[in-house]
Amino acid sequence: MPKLSQWYIKFSFGYLLLGFTFGALLLAHKGQPIHPAFWNWLPAHIEFLLFGWVAQLTLGMAFWILPRYWKEPRRGNTTGAYVALILLNVGIWLTAMGPVLRLSPWALILGRALEVGAALAFAHAAFPRVVGREG
Amino acid sequence: MPPLTRWHIKSAFIYLAVAMALGMVLALGAVMQLPTWIAYLSPVFFHLIMVGWVTQMIFGVIFWMFPIVTRARPRGNEKLGWAVYILLNVGLLLRVLSEPLNAINPQDVWGWGLVLSALFQWLAAVFFVYNSWPRVKERYRGD
Repeated sequence: MPKLSQWYIKFSFGYLLLGFTFGALLLAHKGQPIHPAFWNWLPAHIEFLLFGWVAQLTLGMAFWILPRYWKEPRRGNTTGAYVALILLNVGIWLTAMGPVLRLSPWALILGRALEVGAALAFAHAAFPRVVGREG
Repeated sequence: MPPLTRWHIKSAFIYLAVAMALGMVLALGAVMQLPTWIAYLSPVFFHLIMVGWVTQMIFGVIFWMFPIVTRARPRGNEKLGWAVYILLNVGLLLRVLSEPLNAINPQDVWGWGLVLSALFQWLAAVFFVYNSWPRVKERYRGD
């Protein structure tokens, strides 16, 4: 497993823990009310699990298992995949923390824009590797 | 494919089918009168998909395909792996049962069912990460 995939996957594990922790608190709060402010964490719970856990894990796995080139660099130009890792994670935090910290709606818009940038950067790096056996 | 992975993947398929069926029932609510408790199953529908199907499938495939820890202990602590499977599924099923019952009778014991469900699923995630973390690495090349 390449180093970059390890970063993606370890980050995704972190978000799995965060997302499940928020989710567990919300679910427990539904059963035995703790504090109404807990509901502000719902968007973070969704963001962490959908994008932080599932999407990030998928990108890390894709970088690892998509076909490689015969010659070095075996995974082609990887800059886009590195850029995507940064954009995605900054985007996730901006998007998730908006409702919790009562940030301006622009935080959400910027967060989503960074996530779009992450998707495009990763696609730019990965597209040439989406090939058949004949290349 | 190790037995634990087979259990995860087969369970994931069952959850997917059940979630789709529940989605259909929830949609029927727009055209016919359904029992009140059905409406409270909307969060259950999403969690059957995201926890029962997606997360469970990922857990099973990671246990199967990630680089081994060592030849002697290829997949880490297998007993902990089984604990993850049991906690995740018992936790999720407890939610399926408790969520509508708690919504109908908020002061009843079912509220504690939700608390227990939350704890079980959270422990499943913690144990999964603990067991899988050492396997996020380069290919195993011997001790």
